[in-house]
Amino acid sequence: MTALLPRRGLAQILALIVILAVDRVVSPQFFDLRLQDGRLFGSLIDVLNRGTPVALLSLGMVLVIATRGIDLSVGAVMAISGAIAASLADSHSLAVVLAAALGAGLICGLWNGFLVAVLGMQPIVATLILMVAGRGIAQLITEGRIVTFSSPDLVWFGNGSILGLPVSVAIALGMLILTGAVVRGSALGLLIEATGGNARASELAGVGTRAMILAVYVWCGVCAALAGVIAAADIMGADANNAGLWLELDAILAVVIGGTSLFGGRFSLVLAVLGALIIQTMNTGILLSGYPPEFNLLVKAVVVLAVLLLQSPKLSGFADVVTRLRRTKA
Amino acid sequence: MENSPDSAASLLEVRGISKSFGAVRALQEVDFTLRAGEIHALLGENGAGKSTLIKVITGVFQRDAGIVRIGGEEVAPRSAKAALQAGIATVYQEVNLLPNLSVAQNLFLDRQPMRFGVVREGEMRRRAKALLADFGLDIDVSAPLGNYSVAIQHVTAIARAVDLSARVLILDEPTASLDRHEVEILFGIMRQLAKRGIGIVFVSHFLDQVYEISDRITVLRNGRLVGERETASLSRLELIRMMLGRELAETTSARASAGAQTAREVCASFEGYGKAGYVAPFNLELRHGEVVGLAGLLGSGRTETARLVFGAERPDRGQARVEGAPVRLQSPRDGVRHGFGYCPEERKTDGIVAELTVRENIVLALQAKRGLHRPLSRREQDEIASRYVKMLDIRPPDPDRPVGLLSGGNQQKVLLARWLATSPRLLVLDEPTRGIDVGAHAEIIRLIRELCDDGLALLVISSELDEIVTYSDRVVVLRDRAHVEELAGEAIDVGSILAAIAADGASVAHEGRA
Repeated sequence: MTALLPRRGLAQILALIVILAVDRVVSPQFFDLRLQDGRLFGSLIDVLNRGTPVALLSLGMVLVIATRGIDLSVGAVMAISGAIAASLADSHSLAVVLAAALGAGLICGLWNGFLVAVLGMQPIVATLILMVAGRGIAQLITEGRIVTFSSPDLVWFGNGSILGLPVSVAIALGMLILTGAVVRGSALGLLIEATGGNARASELAGVGTRAMILAVYVWCGVCAALAGVIAAADIMGADANNAGLWLELDAILAVVIGGTSLFGGRFSLVLAVLGALIIQTMNTGILLSGYPPEFNLLVKAVVVLAVLLLQSPKLSGFADVVTRLRRTKA
Repeated sequence: MENSPDSAASLLEVRGISKSFGAVRALQEVDFTLRAGEIHALLGENGAGKSTLIKVITGVFQRDAGIVRIGGEEVAPRSAKAALQAGIATVYQEVNLLPNLSVAQNLFLDRQPMRFGVVREGEMRRRAKALLADFGLDIDVSAPLGNYSVAIQHVTAIARAVDLSARVLILDEPTASLDRHEVEILFGIMRQLAKRGIGIVFVSHFLDQVYEISDRITVLRNGRLVGERETASLSRLELIRMMLGRELAETTSARASAGAQTAREVCASFEGYGKAGYVAPFNLELRHGEVVGLAGLLGSGRTETARLVFGAERPDRGQARVEGAPVRLQSPRDGVRHGFGYCPEERKTDGIVAELTVRENIVLALQAKRGLHRPLSRREQDEIASRYVKMLDIRPPDPDRPVGLLSGGNQQKVLLARWLATSPRLLVLDEPTRGIDVGAHAEIIRLIRELCDDGLALLVISSELDEIVTYSDRVVVLRDRAHVEELAGEAIDVGSILAAIAADGASVAHEGRA
């Protein structure tokens, strides 16, 4: 489990602390928490709650990117699963609703994985297909309307609470632990990193690289579907046009901020989720500051640039050399 | 090496070129002379320095020392474009034109006939057609280049180069993907260009073609010039000796005395094993405690044999057996499952996972063999890694260092460790000593012998013949993608291997290639 949080997490933690401090300055009540009806409220909880969909997406995305792939379709998969969940919510049990929505995500992931691993398509193109088609499928499911529901079971996903935490946050935390346990508790993590680091060499070493690639796209689809259910539950409806719109970009950004290279190889689940939180902390802070939302994108870009600079190979390579020199002198 | 007195006639003169990459000296004081109107073959095994020399001449790399003269005038091109302006054009094996543009556009790229800022398509097509007609080619020049065969793409690239007033034309493995008929056409064009006074450098590993087309031959080995000869007066045996042999200090097999090979148990056997267009069907028996060397020139089918044996390539005929039982080897996973290991020639691209640590690289094959659900614990990994770091003396002895930071020799040891950790019955080593320093070189050879004494079966490819002679119990000689001879025991010496490689094989030269 040690590999869940490697030494290189420093830049991300530092960035999060700085942004939290800035948020505290623009909004003095930022760290205030209060308990109401057994549930915590406050800006921090908002950050976690709002950050959940991207955090879930980044859990799947980080594995895909570790294999040197990318999944552009996660936003569209969110729309599909949200549409399915909303359409079935009032007529079926929660188990059926979840099974159908997550099953759809699994099928979407299989499709992407099939295109990439079996047909050998470039990931960016292969997943672009579903990115475009998926939103169309979602619109067909909702017949172009915004489908609303009132099933208390599903609504609970959006605004219920477990041990004071919003349900969605608890789910994301659970998924992080589950993914970590599967990936690092089995040999999957090593084999995924090997596949992403050098697929040819890994295959010659006997690694089932195709199976690895298929598996990560499937998991990415499932994570996206779960994020879609939560997003739908949050607004008690499914909007096929806007659910998860552009979130694939935030998820990729979260992974990159989390220090996983788009060239594949080494990855960290925890840091990817931390990346998602950094993005959301920023969004919330800018909203609270009262600056016009136009600033949002600019500020975001600057902060992202700063985090990436902190972990750029040139800079850290420089730091490495310095420490090595010191060590040899000692 | 006499200084050519007729330097007036020499078109391209290269004197004392040296080039290093870090600590690796790729070229050391290499001379090369190309006369106007001659076809000059540049030969050498992988890593001999042919491509480096070409890249230095064409300005892709900057030389460390030496001079290059064209028509007596010193040039120092800093880019391929500058080289072209100086009159040197290169056509690579992978044609570097744009397959999605038309033939005519490719021919006149960057210099299309224009009028009022608009490309004159008709004029361009007319001129393209005329240009290609010179080369005996009558094709639709408005069709995308990618629609045509590699041969036509090559001719197009050559036509473009010649039309750009090249005086020196460098052809890097131009025939590698051509069939016999296309080779004839290309050779016709080459002869015609030579008659017009263009000097042609021909890089190829097909010796038959070299003898057919070239006037003179320059051989490089390990970054040094071995010699320059007239093709007509150079025997095939002598040429191969120049390419492969050291000074023929008759090394005989140190293991030959081991003698009683028949007593050893067969580990794996291959009967009528092969793949069309890849390597001709062969019979091969690999026995426990025995090293089989694969000898032959570049492209003779050595690596292909290794990949078939390991399972990295699927055979289309023949039967493989492991310990007597028939098996199917369809993928590396099959090979690994049956206890095979394979250290490929290209360590960086096919061997190591550079950013992962020494430990992770060592346990990779074992973990893949055990499967996902039986992960090696960190403690087991550490134990395995430190055992092999110690056993193979991997330096620095730090299992948590990314393997990409290690030297070539140590990376090779890590790959050996990766396979040894799987307790294999057969190891296939493709050029295990290439590109590693002298110390590690000797160690790896010592290791090969030790492993063999422990009962492992080994199949080893090497271009260093005296090396093969030193450790092999048997040597299989390959030529033109076929196994042509097997030497055993006392019969193994550099001379007989060279003779087997050099034996006239023209009749099978192009069989099976599409």
